[in-house]
Amino acid sequence: MKPALSVILFTVSSGAGLGLVVWLAIAQLAGRVAGGSTPWWAGVGLAALLLTGGLLSSTAHLANPRNGWRSLARVRSSWLSREALSALLLYPLAALHVALTLAGSPAAALSAGLLIVLALLTVVCTAMIYACLKTVPRWRTWHTPAVFVLYALAGGGLLWSALLASVPAAGATPAAAGPSGSALATLLVLAALVKVGYFAKFSARVSATLNDALAVPLAAPAGHVQGRVRLLDVGHAHPTFLTDEFGFDLPRPRAVRLRAAMLLLTAVAPLTLLWFGAAGVWLAAVAFLVGSGLERWLFFAQAQHVVRLYHGQPQV
Amino acid sequence: MSRLGLAIDLDACVGCHACATACKEWNGRSLMAGGAPDYDPYGPAPSGVWFNRVRHYEAGDYPQTRTLNVPLSCMHCEDADCVTVCPTGASYKRAEDGIVLVDPEKCMGCNYCAWACPYGARELDQTSGTMRKCTLCVDRIYDQALPPAERQPACVLACPAHARHFGDFDDPGSTVAQLTAGRGGVPLFEQLGYRPVNRYLPPRPAAQVAAPAQAPARGTLQARLKRLANRLIQL
Repeated sequence: MKPALSVILFTVSSGAGLGLVVWLAIAQLAGRVAGGSTPWWAGVGLAALLLTGGLLSSTAHLANPRNGWRSLARVRSSWLSREALSALLLYPLAALHVALTLAGSPAAALSAGLLIVLALLTVVCTAMIYACLKTVPRWRTWHTPAVFVLYALAGGGLLWSALLASVPAAGATPAAAGPSGSALATLLVLAALVKVGYFAKFSARVSATLNDALAVPLAAPAGHVQGRVRLLDVGHAHPTFLTDEFGFDLPRPRAVRLRAAMLLLTAVAPLTLLWFGAAGVWLAAVAFLVGSGLERWLFFAQAQHVVRLYHGQPQV
Repeated sequence: MSRLGLAIDLDACVGCHACATACKEWNGRSLMAGGAPDYDPYGPAPSGVWFNRVRHYEAGDYPQTRTLNVPLSCMHCEDADCVTVCPTGASYKRAEDGIVLVDPEKCMGCNYCAWACPYGARELDQTSGTMRKCTLCVDRIYDQALPPAERQPACVLACPAHARHFGDFDDPGSTVAQLTAGRGGVPLFEQLGYRPVNRYLPPRPAAQVAAPAQAPARGTLQARLKRLANRLIQL
């Protein structure tokens, strides 16, 4: 699949923003950060920026954005509709939560709880946009939603820790208000383990062959069409919509190097940098987000659509 | 209620692409299809939107090989995932005849339906930013102004080998149902579970071809003469 920058930015940025919403709401529920305090406002502002930026970036993927407002029409069947709806519902809920918090209402606890649920739901919907496609076997796995949720929580957690390290909550040390170092480390290690498991699962797996795509049996009675099918001529002389959209190729040696760089940026680097105070946490957050972009790029670049079979690829 | 679709005879198809060009000709300016534009048609790298593409394959091992010319267009699936995933409601499947269509007035050009289609049957029109696909010539097959014999998709009418047949698969007396039953017509990529309507009639059994006699052993006079002849040709 073509790794489109707009979609990569959308999933990484909105994911981190939604993760930040979750950690912010947890800190508020636990009484570790005061509503209306400087770090709280910093968190709210950064989350809104990341989520809004991500959603705006996603509209850059539309060839006819004038009709973008119609994307809520099929909530009953389309994960893309569900994602759009839950992301848009976050705004009024977040506004209500800010108002309740500033008014000092006890109902803010309820709105914080709802925000956690809705933010996580939005991340799951984003992941299911990809995980529901039978045509892309490397997306249709439990790893997809697991990775999206773990990366959102880890990215949001690192950003929240970084914010707290720069703008400490009054009367609390950064470590006490943000996610604990061991919680972050657990998330980072889990995310890396799921990714490694995903790579192992699909490294040598054949999900479908050209024979499946053309319904030609490998063995049949003599005289009938049978045996391995290969392409003679693809029927077009120049790139088409199909080759542009689904024909992206990543040579294996480069893929292996990029996977290693991705694991370095999303696991090894942040786990090491977390030990080095405020500057370290910021660097860890930046390294993780850059690594997330690389992870998402690989997620698209290495996904193989079954239409590639008709273009002559023996198997996907 | 009917289940309209195509039965494509892979024994008869000669791979001439007449169906694909006839489709372009009819749907190029069709209001129902929204048009099938060409990009830079006379330039160095012409491209464009096609609702139907013909590809050529070979099955089996020498000497028992068979050439397969396979036209691929929308299969008008009964469980059409392209319709399920569409967020705007632009993609829909008609209840009365099962034809899958796109409403360009609603399409936002997100490509999601094209991702969901295993057959590559959907292509984005870059000029309008909306999705295009086979309409089964819905603006021909019900047109009372056309003579009854011409109320068929353009690809079917154009096929010089009569490899394409159009009809209602729910009617056991229809040509497509009879051909499918008689020839063992199969759907493509059945295991994805989309229940495609179109059927492909596999080539009839071919005569057995005997393996060629063994090549003369190296070093014999016959083999040397043959090598010499080959070299002379390449001079």
